[in-house]
Amino acid sequence: MSGEPLVEVRDLVKHFPINRGIILQKQVGAVHAVDGVSFDVMRGESLGIVGETGCGKSTTARLLMRLLDPTSGVIRFEGKDVAKIPRRAFKPFRREIQMIFQDPYSSLNPRKTVGAIIAEPFAIHGLNKGKGERRRAVQELMDLVGLNPEHYNRYPHEFSGGQRQRIGVARALALQPKMIIADEPVSALDVSIQAQILNLLRDLQRDLGLTLILIAHDLSVVRHMCDRVAVMYLGKIVEIADSDTLYRHPRHPYTGALLSAVPVPDPELASRRRRQVLGGDVPSPTNPPPACRFHPRCPKAQDLCHQQEPLLEQKPGGSVAACHFPLSDAEAAERVATAEPV
Amino acid sequence: MTSTIDLARESSSEAEVSGIAARTPLELFWRRLKQDRVAMAALVFILLLVAVAVLAPLLVKLTGQRPPNDQSTKFLDEFGTPTGPTSENWFGVDPLGRSVFSRVLYGARVSLEVAIIATAASVAVGVVVGMTAGFFRGFVDTVLSRLIDVLLAFPILLLALGLAAACSLGNGCLGGLIKPGLTVVIFVIAFVNWTYIARIIRGQVLSLREKEFVEAARSLGASNGRIIFREILPNLVAPIIVYSTLVIPQNILFEAALSFLGVGVQPPNPSWGAMLADATEIFDTAWWYMVFPGVALLLTVLAFNLLGDGLQDALNPRVERST
Ligand SMILES: Nc1ncnc2c1ncn2[C@@H]1O[C@H](COP(=O)(O)OP(=O)(O)OP(=O)(O)O)[C@@H](O)[C@H]1O
Ligand SMILES: [Mg+2]
Repeated sequence: MSGEPLVEVRDLVKHFPINRGIILQKQVGAVHAVDGVSFDVMRGESLGIVGETGCGKSTTARLLMRLLDPTSGVIRFEGKDVAKIPRRAFKPFRREIQMIFQDPYSSLNPRKTVGAIIAEPFAIHGLNKGKGERRRAVQELMDLVGLNPEHYNRYPHEFSGGQRQRIGVARALALQPKMIIADEPVSALDVSIQAQILNLLRDLQRDLGLTLILIAHDLSVVRHMCDRVAVMYLGKIVEIADSDTLYRHPRHPYTGALLSAVPVPDPELASRRRRQVLGGDVPSPTNPPPACRFHPRCPKAQDLCHQQEPLLEQKPGGSVAACHFPLSDAEAAERVATAEPV
Repeated sequence: MTSTIDLARESSSEAEVSGIAARTPLELFWRRLKQDRVAMAALVFILLLVAVAVLAPLLVKLTGQRPPNDQSTKFLDEFGTPTGPTSENWFGVDPLGRSVFSRVLYGARVSLEVAIIATAASVAVGVVVGMTAGFFRGFVDTVLSRLIDVLLAFPILLLALGLAAACSLGNGCLGGLIKPGLTVVIFVIAFVNWTYIARIIRGQVLSLREKEFVEAARSLGASNGRIIFREILPNLVAPIIVYSTLVIPQNILFEAALSFLGVGVQPPNPSWGAMLADATEIFDTAWWYMVFPGVALLLTVLAFNLLGDGLQDALNPRVERST
């Protein structure tokens, strides 16, 4: 891993307008799906993005993929602003980042054979022109992700969920991208199969030197996969740190709550911890709470939290968190089984 | 590198699932349809009907019946009333002494011609409009959908009558493009029927375009054209077939209705609808003139409807049936 960032994201914002009216549409509000997110992704690292449903993880991924245009903010890939890539040069840029989708049932076209699905990137970019050559390339990819290459003439419905997700992985790898974004790649799968897909992703990342962004809605999935983890809440990053640091010394109360919900295999450890269940629901992203967005649910909230938005800054213990009153080690240890004093 | 991946393959316990022979969605569809006896009977009937229509001249010759436009006073009695079924005229004759049998056979040609051409035209327009509205959404969709609403709210029969009447005179309308007779009928039917298909296709496309495979194609760099034709269209083939089958009988009836009202197929061309109209005046003395074309129309419409229902069931096997 070299020290230079592959992707730099600065103040990324995406608001979805809410329109009323049939012909003369009027904007009556906006969903603040992503609201000022900044982070770097280093070459060759794996970054986890974690948060509850609706906090803007998929929207962030779609913005990075340029499937959506940001409302404001900058995304730089290898130092170049992707918004300024001219139309003609855009298709080659598509080869650099690829995505693995959440739902292995809707992400594969049911009317196409697996071979055609994996060969699609080649067809779009005019690679591996010859028929035999294309087929060989597809079968190599199928082999690489642990599918039987003989099955390339079958249709997606003949495969199980886990195998379908492997097909999605093969398609994402076809263009030899520098970075892969996996948006909750295992949340639609049986628990017994989740580990296989995660192991596959980790092995591929290591073997092919990929940069990986792994999106998940709970911290346990990310733990063994990622070098760094960013925690999102209502369109903002509230804490970002190396995995070890985050799991040992969570600083943001929201991270603390998420970690306290992670099951622990050791009953002795489990009994020592006080499970903290977050009260209330995630507020609507149409009308997020002012200042610190977490304050209505935060056990440590004080007046300042209603008035002033906390900034992401280095906290004692190593994490970068956006909180006026971060957790102390003692508080972290109370909630989180994996926490350790500094 | 492959060694770690081989491990991954061995550990995947789900690899056995694909022991079943490869089956395309179309094959599954056909298998389900084959189990539906009613639909298969309807299909057989329709194939026979097509054969009859195509081979009508040959059949008339083989059976020794007279051609459809062969008039003869020989088969009218002294009061000018047509005679009923005999060995010479199997289905009897009409008031002009023509063979009802031949006219019913040739009428199948008209019905199927109208059904196929008008349906193809309305499906083509409907699919293009529906896909455009559903795929591009926004302003385009608003305009097209309101247009469809307006057309659906139109008194269709009046519109058809007006159009048919206007275009049935002299050289037709649109500079002779739409001539009196069959072209008017086909144009009118296509004009009013595409809306139905367009609505269905729009709905399908609206849901298909949100599927992740469309997003996957886009993230691979696919153009809009490629997404429309390579990703979305293949998923529309089955619904298009099903809804066409359901529109065909409506179109057959519509042609019959227009011909019945005198603005459709022009004499002396045989049409079931026109025959029924003629027959109403002499029903008490010549029942055969109404019964044979009537039964032909009924069976044809019924067969298409039953086949359409069967296709729809085979396409959406969600509804479990007891048989
Ligand atoms: N195309 C869209 N139009 C309007 N609102 C949208 C759109 N896409 C997402 N949103 C809204 O933006 C917010 C963030 O959505 P997003 O899909 O990014 O969440 P997520 O973190 O991926 O959640 P999940 O864990 O359920 O996948 C949600 O409130 C969602 O309703
Ligand atoms: Mg999501």
